Amino acid sequence: MGEAEREPIPAWSLPADAVDSIALPGRWPERVTREWAFGDSQGEGVAVCILDSGIERGHPLVGEVDRAVAIEVGEDDETVVTEDEEGDLCGHGTACAGIVRALAPNSSLVSVRVLGAGYTGSGPVLLAGLRWAIEQGFDVINMSLSTTKQQFAGLLHELADSAYFKRTVLVASAHNMPVESYPWRFSSVISVGSHEGADPFAYYYNPEPPVEFFARGVGIDVAWLDGGELRVTGNSFATPHISGICALILGAHPELTAFQLKNVLYLTATNVGGLDE
Amino acid sequence: MSEDRFRAAVAAGVAGSEESYAELLRSIVQVARAIFSAKGSSIWLLDEQADELVVEAVAREEDRGLLGMRMPSGQGIAGWVLTTRQPIVIEDVQSDPRHAKDVAERTGYVPKGLMAVPVLHEERALGVLQVLDRQTTFSLGEMDLLGMFANQAAIALDLLVRARTAKSVLEGADADVAAAARLAAALDGLEGKRRDSALALMQALEDLLK
Repeated sequence: MGEAEREPIPAWSLPADAVDSIALPGRWPERVTREWAFGDSQGEGVAVCILDSGIERGHPLVGEVDRAVAIEVGEDDETVVTEDEEGDLCGHGTACAGIVRALAPNSSLVSVRVLGAGYTGSGPVLLAGLRWAIEQGFDVINMSLSTTKQQFAGLLHELADSAYFKRTVLVASAHNMPVESYPWRFSSVISVGSHEGADPFAYYYNPEPPVEFFARGVGIDVAWLDGGELRVTGNSFATPHISGICALILGAHPELTAFQLKNVLYLTATNVGGLDE
Repeated sequence: MSEDRFRAAVAAGVAGSEESYAELLRSIVQVARAIFSAKGSSIWLLDEQADELVVEAVAREEDRGLLGMRMPSGQGIAGWVLTTRQPIVIEDVQSDPRHAKDVAERTGYVPKGLMAVPVLHEERALGVLQVLDRQTTFSLGEMDLLGMFANQAAIALDLLVRARTAKSVLEGADADVAAAARLAAALDGLEGKRRDSALALMQALEDLLK
């Protein structure tokens, strides 16, 4: 068998003669700096999915949205994916989209609306939305949400793991309330809490997980409904900061796996190596 | 409903405590209002059957007219908080024209600032706690404090819902469960040998239903 026709290497073992075939596409520098990690990247070519309340069309702080779908509960309680004509039912999804846009202006945005089916439909709708987003192969999925329903935890975990291995990074809001919630607790996602600082590029690694990173989440001016702006606070706004930074890193290094991306985030975190350049 | 919850619900109803729990909820929003030096505070309960949020407690006497007000559970800021289980703080609600108009139409009062946190009990989202127009400067510590109030509200709200379930059972609104309640009452009235026989029969029924 010629070199070009060689079968892909087996997934679970690495024969000695195949070592060269898994050489990384680019060499990592001795020291990973923010300059190397994203430099002047604008998030070009990176698709960021906002799994939320929808995104308002034509908001000046959001700009173009490549596609917007809504997950709804159809007949027989099945979830269906439809093109979303409603826009944003709350303002929150627009806010998240605006934060990503501000950090990674050339990334492409896709809205998956999982709000609107009412509370009772929210669990299946969330799962269906996440499954659809993972199937589309988006690079980053912003999840400023969580569920406390045990019955969804297993499925969410499977979805999170499948995303992780498919180079789709899930960025999820941590929850500082005294209940168990998901998916932010899974190690295959990047979980985000808030710090009180004002710098959108200040992000910290937390050596005491389960929350892995802290980003700007207090007193942020964000895009809101009807072309407006609001000042808001919450972990749900810290999350799109990390999504935006992930988009910048993937814009500069599209080959990174979710594992490598998390490493780059760690190495460039403000309290690790991010300020020391 | 699980047996434990059913038992607890009946026990709560027997104690006739629905009013006490409602009072406890009111007290929680009053304390929340005082701690944050806020203009108002309210608790919205999720009505799962109607899939709506209903105002269940308000801190100010003059807001009592809002009690019982309803809105869809999946829309607006409260709907987002309930569905996503995420707290949110908004500093200038008036810049959200749609929300402001909506709230003004319902309540006649548009707050400037708003804190909203989900009320969670175990894995269930029971409702949303809101604090309007606080005077304190926001810090992340305040968010934690709000979460603690929400936790307290969750316990009270859970008890209130159980008490209502028990009450509806006792009033015969739930025919199936009411039959069991009538049996229990009849059993309670028996004495001597008849009671022993009835207990044996109930035991057999219980074994059968296991």
